Amino acid sequence: MDVGLSDEQRQLVASFTALFGDAASPSHVRAAEPLGFDPRLWDALRDAGIVAMAVGEEDGGWGAEPLDLALVAEVQGRFLAPAPIVEAQVAARLLARLGTPSAAAALAAALAGERTVTLAVHPARDGAAGLVPAGAVADDALVMDGERLLLVRSAGDGAQPENLGSMPLADLRVGPDAVLLASGPAAEAAHEAALDEFLLLTAAAQVGIAARAVEIGVGYVTERRAFGVPIGTFQTIAHALADSATAVDGARLLGHEAAWAYGEEPERFAELAAMAFAFATETARDATYRALHFHGGYGFTDEYDIQLYYRRARAWSAVCLEPRAAYRRAADRRYGIAQMEEQWTSA
Amino acid sequence: MDFRIGERGESLRAEVRAFLDEHLTDELSERCHRTGVAHDEGFVRAMHEAGLLALGWPEEWGGRPCDPLGLCVVEEELSKAEAPTYGVSTTHMVARAILHGGNDRQRAEIIPRALRGEILIVLGFTEPECGSDLAAARTRAVRDGDEWVINGSKMFTTNAHIGDHVFLLARTDTSSKHAGLTVFLVPLGQPGIEVQAVRTISGERTNITYYRDARVHDDWRIGEVGGGWRVLGEALQEEHSTGFGASMLSLLEAAEGWARTARGGSGRPRIADPDVRERLGRCAAEAEVSLLLQRRAAAMAQRGDIPVAEGPMAKLFSSEALTRAAEDLFDLLGPDAVRSRLSPGAPEGGRVEHSLRFSLGTTIYGGTSEIQRGIIARRGLGLPR
Repeated sequence: MDVGLSDEQRQLVASFTALFGDAASPSHVRAAEPLGFDPRLWDALRDAGIVAMAVGEEDGGWGAEPLDLALVAEVQGRFLAPAPIVEAQVAARLLARLGTPSAAAALAAALAGERTVTLAVHPARDGAAGLVPAGAVADDALVMDGERLLLVRSAGDGAQPENLGSMPLADLRVGPDAVLLASGPAAEAAHEAALDEFLLLTAAAQVGIAARAVEIGVGYVTERRAFGVPIGTFQTIAHALADSATAVDGARLLGHEAAWAYGEEPERFAELAAMAFAFATETARDATYRALHFHGGYGFTDEYDIQLYYRRARAWSAVCLEPRAAYRRAADRRYGIAQMEEQWTSA
Repeated sequence: MDFRIGERGESLRAEVRAFLDEHLTDELSERCHRTGVAHDEGFVRAMHEAGLLALGWPEEWGGRPCDPLGLCVVEEELSKAEAPTYGVSTTHMVARAILHGGNDRQRAEIIPRALRGEILIVLGFTEPECGSDLAAARTRAVRDGDEWVINGSKMFTTNAHIGDHVFLLARTDTSSKHAGLTVFLVPLGQPGIEVQAVRTISGERTNITYYRDARVHDDWRIGEVGGGWRVLGEALQEEHSTGFGASMLSLLEAAEGWARTARGGSGRPRIADPDVRERLGRCAAEAEVSLLLQRRAAAMAQRGDIPVAEGPMAKLFSSEALTRAAEDLFDLLGPDAVRSRLSPGAPEGGRVEHSLRFSLGTTIYGGTSEIQRGIIARRGLGLPR
């Protein structure tokens, strides 16, 4: 049992902390609203190899482990960095997993920085994929349509449905020019595996959001005085922040365990990733809510940063799964319910 | 990073499981449940003979080397199986306090017997008017020649009716709060001590103990006069891996067992129902988080760090999560959930009902959740007092 970071992992965190500290400060995050995308930041990240790091060496990438990606995602969450990191990484890994010629071509374009590729977490319905993360700024999206996995062109013109989290979402039509990447059970399994990774990395980002929200909350209630004392001396406030700090540590440990399991105990990965997502989502929801509330009326204004955190904590997960659905997903993986139900029906 | 317990930890786990299979019989479990006493001399002797009693103690005391993570694993297995080891844990906690704060003679008399399971020491810390504020103790110890005369009362002195000694926190000076406290190892079974049973909602028998001119020789004062708070603090500090993650696993197993066998209206097993899966999934996730927080605290201790806020986080989260899960899974089982443990027709032997009862104490004893949150807020987050 060793829950500490290695020297390399520490360096990775430090370098992304420095990068986001310069290029994703709260004023950058605000300037990138409402779209939630900073093209200069994204260019810098791609130049730094943010997509390549996620893909195995045999597929032309650098072969970082999911744990490394989770560490980067946590730093992204801390800064609310407005760039489609998780989306592009998971999409690239999905393309690599498919291994078909059309997928290989799309992967090559993504790795070369020619195209930004994202993925739709939910399958298309009636010829459209709704609320595709990063769909408003990506060139392509990977979309499940029935049993076919398609590469769908995206306008990438920044047109987004106005939304709570200032996310560059898009409602994409599956046009006749969509490219078939794979189909059948293999395509479905690959997409499910990508979804597990998306859950894992979103969980990590939520841990970063929650951790920063606790810091912001602690800072505020230590400075802010009411009734002649710092409000952090009130137990109702201190205890709620203690609960959130505890949940943040738990969420981080669970996320790290899930990421570790990817390589070391793969049979538990999907279950743990769904658990980590559900728990981190609830943790970030509560931490940002509490920290916002303890700002009093100021928390409700646009001027304080905490509202930036609250809105993203709610939206980043909501476009994927609500926590209760994620707990069900974890249970499905744990108990193999799908098979069990089939047996029952066929019996 | 590595989330495995490791070979040594796993082999220890297997050893403890094998021991429990042999010695924690249904008959013993049932007896402990019926009497409410989580201590059994025969079981403790068997632990000693199996080499499981002196784990983690220095070899010079006859101990068997074991690191904090190993102890954490052993604790997980014992608590998951509800082994009757509460008396062992209080006895060993006092033995550790004596190891650090006692003198040579006290160490020589107490530690070897504690590690052989020949002695039972109970805790006399809190009082009817103290609750979590241990330093508010009013039980007086007044010097009388070579002896001290004790007057007062102690609450929750579990096992006092079968114990040999009580580790008593007493007031030797009324002019200062913390510095006015001294600890003594007071022999039980003397005329000045009266033990009255107090029953708890989880069926456990604890006690209130009254001291009326009870006596203890000054040889059995542990540490300095006025040094009781420090002795107590050191003893409590070694309780790193306190937590209820394993109790959650036990509850989860009971609920899973029910869900696989109980049938819904359509005849399908209840585990196929999404609502059931969601509740089980949440319990499983929070059990995992509980165990991770506990093991992290143990891993810190292993490195020589003191888990100042991390220990309280494990205790706080796991006890609160256990309570939430027990409440939720109790509701899940429907009306039959009210059938008590060992009563006919109780689902899964009434383990969920028992878990609900048991959970209520976990957020209270060993420092209430409010005490833990206070420590985390001030020492972990640096919030002002």
